[in-house]
Amino acid sequence: MEQILQYSLSGIATGAIYALIGIGFSIIYNATGIINFAQGEFVMLGGILTFFFLDILQFPLWGAIILAVTGATLCGLLFERLAIRPLAKATPINLVIVTIGGSILIRGLAMLIWGKDTHSVPSFSGDNPIAIGSATLLPQHLWIMGITLAVICLNKYFFYHTINGKAMRACAYNPRAAGLVGIDVKRMVLLSFVISSAMGSLAGIIIAPLTMTAYDVGVMLGLKGFCAAIIGGMSTGMSVVVGGLLLGVLESLGAGLISSGYKDAIAFIILLLILFIRPQGLFGKAETERV
Amino acid sequence: MGHRLLSYLLAAVFMLSGASAFAAPTIKIGALFSVTGPAAFLGEPERNTAVMVVDQINKAGGIKGKKIELIVYDTNGDATKAKQLVNKLIKNDKVSAIIGPSTTGESMAIINDVEKAGVPLISCAAGIKITEPVKKWVFKTAQNDSLAVARIYEYLQKNRLNKVAILTVSDGFGQSGREQLKAQAKKYGISVVSDDTYGPKDTDMSPQLTKIRGSKAQALICWGTNPGPAVVAKNARQLGLKMPVFMSHGVSSKKFIQLAGDAAEGLKLPSGKVIVADLLPASDPQKKSLMAFVNDYKKHYRAEGDHFGGHAWDAVMLLKGAIERGGDTPAAIRDQLEKTRQFHGIGGTFTFTSQDHAGLGKDAFVLVEVKNKDWVIVK
Repeated sequence: MEQILQYSLSGIATGAIYALIGIGFSIIYNATGIINFAQGEFVMLGGILTFFFLDILQFPLWGAIILAVTGATLCGLLFERLAIRPLAKATPINLVIVTIGGSILIRGLAMLIWGKDTHSVPSFSGDNPIAIGSATLLPQHLWIMGITLAVICLNKYFFYHTINGKAMRACAYNPRAAGLVGIDVKRMVLLSFVISSAMGSLAGIIIAPLTMTAYDVGVMLGLKGFCAAIIGGMSTGMSVVVGGLLLGVLESLGAGLISSGYKDAIAFIILLLILFIRPQGLFGKAETERV
Repeated sequence: MGHRLLSYLLAAVFMLSGASAFAAPTIKIGALFSVTGPAAFLGEPERNTAVMVVDQINKAGGIKGKKIELIVYDTNGDATKAKQLVNKLIKNDKVSAIIGPSTTGESMAIINDVEKAGVPLISCAAGIKITEPVKKWVFKTAQNDSLAVARIYEYLQKNRLNKVAILTVSDGFGQSGREQLKAQAKKYGISVVSDDTYGPKDTDMSPQLTKIRGSKAQALICWGTNPGPAVVAKNARQLGLKMPVFMSHGVSSKKFIQLAGDAAEGLKLPSGKVIVADLLPASDPQKKSLMAFVNDYKKHYRAEGDHFGGHAWDAVMLLKGAIERGGDTPAAIRDQLEKTRQFHGIGGTFTFTSQDHAGLGKDAFVLVEVKNKDWVIVK
C-alpha cells in the first residue's frame, strides 16, 4: 500500500500538466465559445522550440525557454489572425474544424522543420531523485508543480484584478453586451489565444525534460488537457486544476492497481461519463443559458 | 545556325549510340523500401545501402560480367502500395529478384504475388511469420525477435535471475516481444512475475514501474522502440529501481543513449553487431563484412551505418552470391539462395535450408551494456 503514495505523486505531477493545458482550452472557450483543438500543438511547440533554441542555436536554458514561449505565443497570435479572425461570421462548428485543420498544419510544419525524431531536453536542475517517504520525485516534478501553481495564481490575479481580465470575463458572459459597453471583443479574442498559447507552450516546456519531445506529442497531451477542462466545466479557475489533478491521479492509480493497458481508457471513460452525467462539469451548477 | 544544328545532330547521334552501348544485358533487381512515411527510419538507410552496394558491385565489373540494374520504388510504408509496386516490378520491369519491403505488414501483403509469379523475395522486415511457415520464394535477412529474447534469457539463466518483470509497448513490436518473452521463459527456468504494457505515446511509466518495484521480480525487461524505453529508463532511475534493466534490440542505436542520457548507464540489451563492429574480436567471422559496411556507409552518406541498412546489405550480397553460383534466372537464384551456407553478413551468419528461410542463429545477437554513453560487449 506504500505504493499508493508514489502513484499519487506521479499522478499529481502529470495532472498539473493536464491542468495547465486544460486552462488554455477554457480561456479560449470562454472568450470565443469554441474548443481550440490546436491547443495541444502549442504544447508541442513549447517543447520542441526549447530543444531548437537550446541544442541547435546553443542558447542557455533560460534564454531558450523565454524564446520558446515567445515563439509559441507568436504562433498563437498568427493562428488567431490568419485562421480565426477572417471567419468572423462562421458558426462555432466551422471554427472548431478550422482549429483541427490548424493543428494538422502546425504538426506537419513541425515535422518538416525538425524531423520525425524524438528529441531530449535537459532537466532544469539535475536528475537526482528526492525521496518523500517511500516515494521518490525528481526536481523537475517540483518545477512542474511550482510553475503550475504560479501560473494559476497569476491567472486568477489577471482575471479578477486587472481591467483586461475583467473585460475578458465580461466577453465570456455576454459578448454582445460587452461590446455595447465599449469592450473591444475582437481584441479580447486575440488576447485569449495569446494567453492560452503561452500557457500551453509553458506546459510543453516544463514536461519536456521528463517525456522528451517530438512533432506529434501534442495530440495526446491536448486530448488529456481537454478532458481536464471538461471535468472542470470549462472554467478558468480552480475547478479545471482539480480536474487535471484528478485525471492524473486516477490514471496513475488505474495503471498501477488495475492494469496499465487501461491507462488512456480511464481518461476517456471519465470524459464520457462527465459529458453524459454532468455536462456542466464536476463542480459546476447547471446553467441554462450555456448549451 | 548551320553549325549549331549540326552539333545538335551530332549530339543526338552520340546519345543514341551511347544508349545502345549501355544496353548490354543487365541483371534487373527490384527493391521496395518505405523511404518516406512512418517507417522511413527503416526504408531510408535500406535504400541508401542497397544503392551503395549495387554501385560498388557494378564498379568492380558486375556479376560475371553483367551489371546490376537496381529498380527502387518507395512504398510509403503502405501495404496496398507495396502490392501495386510489386506487380509493377514483376510484370513491367521483369526483375529477376526483389529485395524489401521494410515492414512485416508490407512483406506479408506481397508474399502471394511473388509466390505466384515465381520471383525470389528477400524481405528486410523482422516478423517471424514472413518465413514461418516456409514459403518457397520468400527469404528474409532481419533477425527474429525470438533470438533477441533467447540472448537475454541465456544471460539471466547464467546469472541465476529467474523472476522477471516484463514491460512491453502496446504495438506490433511490443506484442511480438511479449509473446516471445512469455513463450520462451519456461525453457530457461524463468517465471514472468509481472506483465505490464505501456502505450507507444505514453509519457510517464512510473505507475507500472512502481508496481514492478513492489513485485518479486529480480530483473526488468522492457520491450519497445524509441522513445518509450528512454522514458522507462528515466522513470526507473527516478524510482531508484535496484534490479538490472534489460531493453530490446529495438533501441540499439546511439539515439537511445542520447534520449535517456545518464539514465541509460548500466542498461543491457541484445543487439546486432553493427553498433559494436569495432569492438568485436578479430576472430569474429562477421568482422570483415561489418567493418566494410560501416566504413563504406560513413564515406558515402556521412552517417553511421545501422542495422536496417545492414538488412539491405545482406539482401544484396546474398543475391550476388546466389547469382555467382547459379545464374540470373529467378528460379536459379532461388535454388542457390537456399543453398547459402555460412554467409557472414551484417545481421549474422546466414545458412538457409529448405526448412529455414530466415537463416540466423542466436549468435546474430550480442549482449551489450551502456557504459560512459557508449556500448561495451557483455561477456
